[in-house]
Amino acid sequence: MSNISQIDQEKLIHEDGFNDHFHEHHDGDKYQMGFLTKYIFSMDHKMIAKQFLITGMVWAVIGALMSLVFRLQLGFPESDMAWLRPILGQWIVVNDAGVGTLSTEFYYALVTMHGTILVFFVLTAGLSGTFSNLLIPLQIGARDMASPFLNMLSYWFFFLAGIIMFISLFLSTGPFSGGWTAYPPLSLLPQASDGSKAGMTLWSISMVFFVVSVLLGGINYVTTVLNLRTKGMSMWRLPLTVWSFLITAIVGILSFPVLAAAFFLVICDRSLGTSFYLSEIFIGGQALDHVGGSAILYQHLFWFLGHPEVYIIILPTMGIVSEILSISSRKPIFGYKAMVMSLSAISFLSFIVWAHHMFMSGMNPFITNFFVIFTLIIAVPSAVKVFNWISTLYKGNIRFNSASLFAIGYVSLFISGGLTGIFLGNSTIDIQLHDTYFVVAHFHLVMGVAAFFGMFAGIYHWFPKMFGRFMNETVGKIHFWGTLIGAYMIFWPQHYLGIAGVPRRYYSFENFDAFSHFGTMNKVITIAAFFTFFLQVLFLINFFYSMYRGRKVTNPNPWGANTLEWTTPINPGHGNWDGNLPVVHRWPYDYSKDGEDHIPQIIPIQPGETVVHQ
Amino acid sequence: MTAFIIFICLVLLAIVIIQVGKVTELASKIKGEEEAQYQSNFWNSNLSLIFMVVFLGAIFVSAYYYKNSMLGYGPHIAASKHGKTIDFLFNVNLWFTGIVFVLTHIALFWFAYKYSGKRNHRATFISHDNKLEIIWTAIPAAVMTLLVVGGLDAWNDIMADIKEKDEYIEIEATGMQFAWLLRYPGADGKLGTRDFKKISSNNPFGQDWTDTKNLDDIHASEIVLPVGKKVRVRITSRDVLHSFFLPHFRVKMDAVPGMPTYFVFTPTTTTAEYRQRLSRYNEWQEPSDPKDPESKPRWQVFDYELACAELCGKGHFSMRRVVRIVSEDEYAQWLKTQKSYYTESIKGTADDPNAGGQVSAEELKLRRETFLAELEKVKTQAADAGEKVVQLGHIGFETGSAKLTTESKYQLDNLFEYLQSNADVKIELGGHTDSIGDAAVNLKLSGERAKSVADYLISKGIDASRVSSKGYGSTKPVDSADTEEARAKNRRTEIKFL
Repeated sequence: MSNISQIDQEKLIHEDGFNDHFHEHHDGDKYQMGFLTKYIFSMDHKMIAKQFLITGMVWAVIGALMSLVFRLQLGFPESDMAWLRPILGQWIVVNDAGVGTLSTEFYYALVTMHGTILVFFVLTAGLSGTFSNLLIPLQIGARDMASPFLNMLSYWFFFLAGIIMFISLFLSTGPFSGGWTAYPPLSLLPQASDGSKAGMTLWSISMVFFVVSVLLGGINYVTTVLNLRTKGMSMWRLPLTVWSFLITAIVGILSFPVLAAAFFLVICDRSLGTSFYLSEIFIGGQALDHVGGSAILYQHLFWFLGHPEVYIIILPTMGIVSEILSISSRKPIFGYKAMVMSLSAISFLSFIVWAHHMFMSGMNPFITNFFVIFTLIIAVPSAVKVFNWISTLYKGNIRFNSASLFAIGYVSLFISGGLTGIFLGNSTIDIQLHDTYFVVAHFHLVMGVAAFFGMFAGIYHWFPKMFGRFMNETVGKIHFWGTLIGAYMIFWPQHYLGIAGVPRRYYSFENFDAFSHFGTMNKVITIAAFFTFFLQVLFLINFFYSMYRGRKVTNPNPWGANTLEWTTPINPGHGNWDGNLPVVHRWPYDYSKDGEDHIPQIIPIQPGETVVHQ
Repeated sequence: MTAFIIFICLVLLAIVIIQVGKVTELASKIKGEEEAQYQSNFWNSNLSLIFMVVFLGAIFVSAYYYKNSMLGYGPHIAASKHGKTIDFLFNVNLWFTGIVFVLTHIALFWFAYKYSGKRNHRATFISHDNKLEIIWTAIPAAVMTLLVVGGLDAWNDIMADIKEKDEYIEIEATGMQFAWLLRYPGADGKLGTRDFKKISSNNPFGQDWTDTKNLDDIHASEIVLPVGKKVRVRITSRDVLHSFFLPHFRVKMDAVPGMPTYFVFTPTTTTAEYRQRLSRYNEWQEPSDPKDPESKPRWQVFDYELACAELCGKGHFSMRRVVRIVSEDEYAQWLKTQKSYYTESIKGTADDPNAGGQVSAEELKLRRETFLAELEKVKTQAADAGEKVVQLGHIGFETGSAKLTTESKYQLDNLFEYLQSNADVKIELGGHTDSIGDAAVNLKLSGERAKSVADYLISKGIDASRVSSKGYGSTKPVDSADTEEARAKNRRTEIKFL
């Protein structure tokens, strides 16, 4: 067998590659000449990915700062917040003694905005938008997305949605404050809450634009993966990242339109006098005319998206983590096909479990039986994934860097947060735990922090591909260990609060004897939140500093990875590969096989090689 | 000022970390990248192991520390029958998931430690293992089946509505921004009908006062329930979603406008018993008011609480009501002190749609007793005391017709009952009108009205020979004054013993 590491890959692509240039480009790349077309209205998937990422970061900082303000209220309810008045203005109520308190209305606005921003803008757009855009064309061997124009629109609709949401923060009646789920009637009736006035109008318009963005992106991802794979790249040779982006996009295309429909009915009820969600309401001193609607209908429509949505958030990170764990262990991902199957199973099941958010909503308790069964079945493919990740580490030769640490941390968080889902998915136990801090702990760990860990792993790992430089490893590792400890310190104790029956979304616990005795715990959580936020600032400094000053990449394949993105030049231009497109000859997980450290996908099967996966 | 100092410290810390980062990057350049990577592997794999130990240790220590404040543990045994089932299932789940949690975490961090990259090492190429994968698909599937079956079995039991034969108390909780309204059914044991359009400041539930079931309904300021008795809480909302949450009883159900929901449960521990249980724990001996060391210990002022568990607006966190579980006797006592809201606040006011006031069950009982007593008294009076006449009160006719109003039936039924049990009594029903209007018409109408009363009794089974009727028109006024008061007295139906 010839020595694979001696093969000149550039030459290989040149000779073996696929020539897709059916006409000549004498003028060069005239589409990306100016500043505007290169950095703003770019149609290059790599630039759009960076746009999604950086916009996501801006939103993440806003969302996190909001959480710090309400954590301050929960941990230190008696502290003087007058110093926040220059930023928050009227939302800090200052009494005669000069002591400032957070207004209750704004507390709920903060909680609502934190949820909306993190779920949709950061973990959907910022995460899936970034990595699907960056990696799909690069890893399947395509020059760009199927429709670069729709891809650009996808970003700009997201941007527009963001602008509208941002404007709503400055309304005199405040942004929407009825929870990120926007349950009617609270979200529909301006009499019910200040946030349900103009704030909700902007919120719903923003969300409709966001749905448009997700759909444009999703259609593009699916089309690209199905049609633009390079020669030899069969579906069973796709890296797990691409599989996860594909499945995520399909889930998004099928579920987001239902959300748009739900919001359309919301808009009708709010402004056209219809009664889809309203019935028999007496508010603000008068009985409303609306009868015959159902508040539960909205919950069904919302969670028909809402549940798949949490998988839209977590699935891409599953792909990213699988890929990074395999590369860092220098071993193939354990059970590649089982990983694809479990991804598909999870995403299929995600469509028939939505009502597990509604066990206590008043819907017929009989129906619950089905949703409990399907919900708890999800534990099976999820368990398979966890076992496969752990097995990937087994007998590896693990390379510890920021990316692989975050991937390992991800598995820990996914286990911690996933196991509590078994309690909540069991309707009987949910009677007690529903809408308590146990739920807060559960979803923050499993789809909040875990998704962030997947995202961080991805950023550290593909930063060299994005910017041709490395992020600082030492700062990255401090970022990892600090965030892991901080995140657990924030969310682990919240399980205890939940088991003690403390409801979520409480401005203050003082009114209730049963909930008011966890002052110390709440202080610790708040301090941990500030500590964790500090580390994220460090990460941001590292990110932007390394963008300009980081250590330069000299080896086009710095991690010794097999996937196609590392066969491009260090700073790939528009079109990704200079000459021919690479041709694929194998799956992406030939690590430590036959005495070779790694065998990239473009290397043809060598004589005498053991083949375990075609 | 402290905040500012902390901020400056953090900035300095950030600068230090970044500088350290730069220096280590330089150092790794000098050492060579490979060497630096092996060192990083060494440190971080060891940190993984340390993290695992500290993390698992911290979990056990903290769980033990907070054990007694969590529901289901220490003093907080569920105060309801089904609550104990929920706590049991919680613990079953905790065992299964706890084992999985500990094992997977040990495996994850141990492997990370053990297989950290070392010089001259190579990973083993393992792509999959079908047998292993089938095993670890099958085991979770089996365990989940177990948990699902156990959970659903309990669920269908807990959520079942009351059955026909059940003896239970029904109460109603209505959520509004931002309070819980509570309603008890009163003596008849039935909650009256409501209409959201009738809600007003003095009719918070929108009760329909023409529904007699409403008349004895009680508005309570706290939930008081007898121990050991099944309770069905009817849960509704006036405005937005709320959720009826009794943490100590493991009860939770959303309140939805336009769609009443319910939760059936049986309290098993009285407030006094729960306090006794708490008194055995040190943390409950602390003074209830931290500022006043002389105040009662916490366990003495403990109360069960009702909270809201569905975001309902800015006052969501303040919807508290006290719940008291008492013995059956105490409950009966408490119930006696509660007044019907109708009698207290509505009857006879401008908001009362019932002319002269609608009657409650208590009122009916009172009327029946006085009426029967009067009949008995007149029947047995001495023969020389004049005519044996009793006024048949509380009956009415629709304007200008002889049709009896619905409310009349109560008193007529009492009369019917009297005639049935006194077979020797024969009566004449006399109709009287006031002097307004045409005398001939009055005479005819009074005759018809008296007859329709007689007909009612005959239709119920009294022999026609015992009941006769006669119209007197305005010929026999009891008060000849020309006032509305006098005229009202003259419009009457009399029972004459024959």
